[in-house]
Amino acid sequence: MEIPYTVELRPDTGIYNAKLGIWLFLASEVMLFGGLFSAYVLLRVGAEPGMWPHGWLDVRLGTINTLLLALSAITTLLAWAACKARQFHKFKIFHACTILLALAFLGIKSYEYHDKWIHYEVALANGKFADGHLIEKSPDFDLVKKTGTVTLHGRIVDDRKDLMDLRSPAARAAKNEELTISAADIKKMENYGPRHNTFTAIYFTLTGLHALHILGGTLVIAFLWGPGSRMWRRDPERFTNRIEVSGLFWHFVDLVWIFLFPVLYLT
Amino acid sequence: MSDHPTSPSKHNPGTAPIPAVTADEAMVKFNRYVRLCAVIFLVVLCTTSAMIVTSYSHVGEGIGEGWTIKVALILAIAVVNAFLVAGYLMHLLSEKRLIYTVLAFTVCFFIGLMGLTLWATNGFPPGTAYH
Amino acid sequence: MDEYVEQFPPYREPAESVEVEHDHGHHEHATPGFWSSYIFSTDHKVIGIQYGFAALAFMLFGFFLMLLMRWQIAHPGMPVPVLGRLLEKILGAPAAGGAISPDLYNSFGAMHGTIMIFLGVVPLSFAAFGNYVVPLMIGAPDMAFPRVNMASYHAFFLGGVVMLVSFFIPGGAAQAGWTSYSPLATTIPTDGQAFWLVGMVLLITSSLLGAVNFIATIIQLRAPGMTWMRLPFFVWAQFVTAFILLLAFPPLEAAGVLQLMDNVAHTSFFLPTGLAVGGQLADRSGGGSPLLWQHLFWFLGHPEVYVLILPAMGIVCEIIANNTRKPLWGYKSLVYSVLFVGFLSFIVWAHHMYLTGMGQKIATFFQTTTMIISIPSVIILTCMFLSLWGGSIRINTPMLFALGFLPMFGIGGLSGLPLGLAAADLYLHDTYYVIAHFHYVVAPGSIFALFAGVYYWFPKITGRKMNEYWGRVHFWCSFVFMNMVFQPMFFQGIKGMLRRMSDGGVNYSAARVPNAIDTLPGTIMELNTFILWAAVALGIAQIPFIVNLFHSIKHGEKVSDNPWEATTPEWQTPTPPPHGNFEHEPHVHHGPYEYSVPGHATDFTPQNKAADSATPGQEPVPRPHPAH
Repeated sequence: MEIPYTVELRPDTGIYNAKLGIWLFLASEVMLFGGLFSAYVLLRVGAEPGMWPHGWLDVRLGTINTLLLALSAITTLLAWAACKARQFHKFKIFHACTILLALAFLGIKSYEYHDKWIHYEVALANGKFADGHLIEKSPDFDLVKKTGTVTLHGRIVDDRKDLMDLRSPAARAAKNEELTISAADIKKMENYGPRHNTFTAIYFTLTGLHALHILGGTLVIAFLWGPGSRMWRRDPERFTNRIEVSGLFWHFVDLVWIFLFPVLYLT
Repeated sequence: MSDHPTSPSKHNPGTAPIPAVTADEAMVKFNRYVRLCAVIFLVVLCTTSAMIVTSYSHVGEGIGEGWTIKVALILAIAVVNAFLVAGYLMHLLSEKRLIYTVLAFTVCFFIGLMGLTLWATNGFPPGTAYH
Repeated sequence: MDEYVEQFPPYREPAESVEVEHDHGHHEHATPGFWSSYIFSTDHKVIGIQYGFAALAFMLFGFFLMLLMRWQIAHPGMPVPVLGRLLEKILGAPAAGGAISPDLYNSFGAMHGTIMIFLGVVPLSFAAFGNYVVPLMIGAPDMAFPRVNMASYHAFFLGGVVMLVSFFIPGGAAQAGWTSYSPLATTIPTDGQAFWLVGMVLLITSSLLGAVNFIATIIQLRAPGMTWMRLPFFVWAQFVTAFILLLAFPPLEAAGVLQLMDNVAHTSFFLPTGLAVGGQLADRSGGGSPLLWQHLFWFLGHPEVYVLILPAMGIVCEIIANNTRKPLWGYKSLVYSVLFVGFLSFIVWAHHMYLTGMGQKIATFFQTTTMIISIPSVIILTCMFLSLWGGSIRINTPMLFALGFLPMFGIGGLSGLPLGLAAADLYLHDTYYVIAHFHYVVAPGSIFALFAGVYYWFPKITGRKMNEYWGRVHFWCSFVFMNMVFQPMFFQGIKGMLRRMSDGGVNYSAARVPNAIDTLPGTIMELNTFILWAAVALGIAQIPFIVNLFHSIKHGEKVSDNPWEATTPEWQTPTPPPHGNFEHEPHVHHGPYEYSVPGHATDFTPQNKAADSATPGQEPVPRPHPAH
């Protein structure tokens, strides 16, 4: 006896097995990202007033990413529709677009991560704070031995709180310049990585997990586009179902970003 | 959503054969999909712009915490966006009741998780929580 | 059917050829080798057995950890007899002199809980029995996604390996309890916590894949005629369990990722501002919330306990129906109760957190839902008891364990009520009362049901029965000794003995601090020794089971395909069931418990045999079956 309803629809439920399977999996993913979003809300609500960052993320890049992902969701749907209409070459074109759009998204994300990685907050010996992007470290730069200098492109502020809201008029008016700081003046130097504060922590975790999902989805779609497409000749209906199921996963990943973008970038 | 013939087999004696479609009919359906997608993309463009504009505007500043109304507005637009993606791109609007039921329970539990956790961590007796 | 379809090659013809191409990756023409038959098999029966043996082995290991802990509690600081030298050799400094240091005790405690729950009971009850029995019970050829099933087993196995390996790394295994509360779980100087988190992520992944498989299988692959209200109750229990796993585990996975970030990337998700470790301000950004971890953990943690008990209840119901030769009492009540329990289990979790300073309103909310959830549990237990009324009770080893389950779960469940009431819990929280409560529901509760399941379904898996005499010895000894181990803990808890004390409460005893009030009296402390010997005896009582299990595989009494004369479909297959389970798709004609139906030739009618067939052993005459 072979497993029924892998392709045919079961009469009383009206779906094939894999479609139910993917929706169940997506329900669990809703709870997964839901747990993370709950963590975000709790951390933000519990933060000290004035100490939750605003404007630390580039809205332009985020918007581009949003549109890239929305477009890729559409090309995914059209790839499935092409399969349904038995237009194999159109399917190939649309899913090639999906993969390229996804890679572009990941590229922009990597650029954003890198930007945070080279962005430093330096606590100076005189009680002020220097904040900016790294230009260069001198070859003998050593925090422990207190030798060398580091050059940042940024500004110096009196109070850490001034670094929190980059959308405030004061922050927008501030001028960035090249600052050279000697290691002897540095109390503590830390980049805008996950450990910097809870915002960067939840930002990297949420977008990192999301990016892993994008990567996974891209690999699956690339496989189905390439070696997996051999099934088209043997069993086009089953292949179409695979495209539909992977498309559903992809749309879910887009859905998560639809909430990630405003929550992290815009609020 | 299947528009191809399925012959009754001994594995699912209950499936009635679904009528086959011609190549032209299939292309018509496909073209309708393309139009649907174009519309959705335009709407997504609009909603994204709306979110960004709201974010940079001064809506609701001065009321309460200053950001609650703005955040609520932005999230409402995001929900509209999500509804479009889920409803049309994931064809949830034309999906079977079984899927709906599973998702309805999921949403309930998600709201429970977020809501009850927030309630629990914010409903302290006065003077007992350290801030 | 015109030139549109003719442009494309027709897809796989479903019914014309007899040699249907299996679409689950198994090629019929080549004989599968050792690796694809036994290690990387996609057959649900093989996977079920793999889970079963692995889970039993892990349970035995968890039991040994407990014995070492009980020794330390009864004789704090003294070297463990016999095994002390070995421990020292394997683990080094934490077991210096063969005695169990407090840190080692803590790691044993944390790992005992983790292993028993996530590597023992859940894999055995949900994955092992579920995988083997559910497809057979619903008349399906396999699970809906066989390769996902295999992936699920290997993720579980890998998770288990990671957990075991953590004992041997510098610093030792996780030591912050199976609940892994922050900030302790982040500030303990061992990588064992990170190993624990990685292991948990693997185990959670395994459970999620399994849950998807079970739900899809039960919904989509029921045989024709197997309507929802004709499902054996075991299938309903597994169905609800799968939903609980599907929706409750992911927040813990999220929390695990966050805690892993805290441990490895030095974030402060769960670390509050101003945290001091070892007298010094920690170099952390702060701003986190330890309570957040607790909420996310218990959001799974509570539904998890229903995962532990529901499959067990399913097993007990099947065995009771079979050995009373009558249908279960209140099938509909059972079904609605189990659905209600599953739903409610998601909104009771903070009764584990009454002492975290929640406001009165929210505490009352959780207390209310906790009290309400006891109702369907009582309904289920009552239906089981009432099913015995008027039955022709047949006593055999599975039935003994099933009967033993009933009062034991009664005690365990009832003892949960004071814990669910916030006011009483203020006193009882984190005492031995809690330990007694949950061990009663899981040990003489779930585990008895699992033993019952092993004895019950062994003949279907192997074609032989386990030895009945030694089965009864196993039951009676286990029953007596389990009660001797856990009953005293109620008294210890009420007297105020706290959990997780590596010295067994000596520092709070009347002997140590004679002038303090409300210290632990000598009688309570002496119970520690009593419990130790009862636990050792309990361990010895498992030897007949282990020997019986392995010996009977080859030398047990040979039996027919349906030795218990049961009605449910898994007994209507050849033994052991072949690949694909059923020769022809079974058709179900009536409910699952057609025992002692008046006017029938035999006292049972299998579910897939026509009700009015003169000789129930014949193949059914094809007839139109009622609508789904």
